[in-house]
Amino acid sequence: MAPMALQYGFFYFFAGLAIVCAILMVIGRNVVHSAVFLIGALLATAGIYLQLRAEFLFIVQIILYVGGIMVLFVFVIMLVNLDVAARQRQFSKQLWLALLLTIVLGGQLMFMARRDSPIFNGTVPPAALPPNTGEVATSLFQTYMLPFEIASIMLLVAMVGAVLMAKRRDA
Amino acid sequence: MPYLLPVFYGIVIVMVLPLLAGYIVLLERKVMADMQARLGPMRVGPHGLLQPIADALKLLIKEDIVPAKADKMIFLLAPLVSVTMALLAYAALPFGPVFQIADLDIGLLFILAISSLGVYGIVLGGWASNSHFSLLGAMRSAAQLVSYETAAGLALISALLLGGSLSMKSLVEAQDQAGAWFIFFAPCGFFIYLVASIAETNRAPFDLPEAESELVAGYMTEYSGFRWSLYFLAEYANMIVVAGIATTLFLGGWLRPFASFHGHVMGTPIEILDIFPALLFFAIGGYCFWRAPRQPVQIQKLVMVLVGGLFLVLAAVMFGSLFVPATMPGIHGAFWFLAKVLVYIYAFLWFRFTFPRYRFDQLMKLGWQFLIPLALTNVLGVGIAQILRQQLGWNAFAAFGLTLLGTIGVAAWLISLNDRRDRDRAAAAAAAAAAPAGGD
Repeated sequence: MAPMALQYGFFYFFAGLAIVCAILMVIGRNVVHSAVFLIGALLATAGIYLQLRAEFLFIVQIILYVGGIMVLFVFVIMLVNLDVAARQRQFSKQLWLALLLTIVLGGQLMFMARRDSPIFNGTVPPAALPPNTGEVATSLFQTYMLPFEIASIMLLVAMVGAVLMAKRRDA
Repeated sequence: MPYLLPVFYGIVIVMVLPLLAGYIVLLERKVMADMQARLGPMRVGPHGLLQPIADALKLLIKEDIVPAKADKMIFLLAPLVSVTMALLAYAALPFGPVFQIADLDIGLLFILAISSLGVYGIVLGGWASNSHFSLLGAMRSAAQLVSYETAAGLALISALLLGGSLSMKSLVEAQDQAGAWFIFFAPCGFFIYLVASIAETNRAPFDLPEAESELVAGYMTEYSGFRWSLYFLAEYANMIVVAGIATTLFLGGWLRPFASFHGHVMGTPIEILDIFPALLFFAIGGYCFWRAPRQPVQIQKLVMVLVGGLFLVLAAVMFGSLFVPATMPGIHGAFWFLAKVLVYIYAFLWFRFTFPRYRFDQLMKLGWQFLIPLALTNVLGVGIAQILRQQLGWNAFAAFGLTLLGTIGVAAWLISLNDRRDRDRAAAAAAAAAAPAGGD
């Protein structure tokens, strides 16, 4: 078990990386660079999951978001005409409104996350968690099996619907 | 220090892997030459044995060219991504019961996730080169990897159902307890993974991302020197990774063939089959000594003797470890693991020189219309067989034989369905071509 200082070190490293990557992604003008920074932010978030001993969440974050969804993003970015997209008007005109909203939202988060807030009662310190991949499976396929299957079927319906709509325009 | 040994293993792997990749390239050239009735590299060292080292030196001192209109940051980053992800996957591969950097609880998922990130090296490198050949190669690669990852993952699930764990180490231990490798329980799963892993490593007949007759070299067109060799290293490292996954999940990992046969040598605790590796190395060493005087050049004779000596030392290590029970499982396990990996890679080479390259639509059709449905059927079949065996107490032969027949039946049906669809489409195209064009 890693010492406490190392734990904090990992957390602040990944958290800082995530924030820096997210900012660079938003302010970048090159779409592919933005995609690369988004990948970095997603990987840093996965690192935080790992630091919290949620190894299944960590690996699913990498497989699904970085290995699946972002590959499709990059694929689509390469298909569209980048030069046209770069010349178009950017949506970063409302600086002051955005700043105000950010401050309000940040304040809300700070208020929720203050040290004596009730939402942190009853949480287990991450260092004490056992390997929990099996527990994820138990809760998905035994305890919450019906909601899980309903969600799966809804996703399947959405996918089939999307394929149908794409086909109809084609015909 | 609990971290000392894993760090040492990591350094060993990072140092040995480029050498291993170089010698797999030499093996590839030699096998190709043999299948085409040629000699292959013969000049550098006896029978070209030092050729990989000469090639590596040449690549290292070549000029490193960055195209003027390339996106410099991503152009420099992309090969690093490829090679880092390829090397990172080795952290969870069990080379033996002892020689494993980390036995992760999610070992298999970790390897799959990390190797699925390798596609970014290809895609970003192809985009950053600012060349049409590179971009086309990168797009083909992205589509191919995303398609075949699904089939490969579904094929691996059949082994997971049998082993009941995601940890690479306990998967091998499960095969030890079952008394048979999982390839005998789920041969269809192994077959699907074999095909999908060739596609995932961009090897022929699925090497469309770098098809040299169409795309020069695909995503690698604009790369040269050291960066090009990083891509090359990543490709061969990935081959070893997929071979390692197949070995661990289907071919019994570090287990010896006939692991449940314990014939002892005349009352000693040494098992007869454990002597085989030592005998093999001894025979190779002896052959090297026998060939040494027949080499044409003095220096080649010397190198041949040195190679023979190396194999004799290996034979001595394999034989000596039989008498030291503490080192025996580690050394012999690593031998069997690497031997199986090399057999798997030999199959890759063999396919490369046997099959012509697929067309892109054929590749997609094979992945989506044949391998993925077949993989789903295979998972279903293995699951049913497990239920029949565990809940209803069936004999393993009957349960797995029945579901295997069912899976093969589905495969035959899929093939005939695809054939009929192709015929219909060809007939429709012929009818459209024959009909007079002035319809409107």
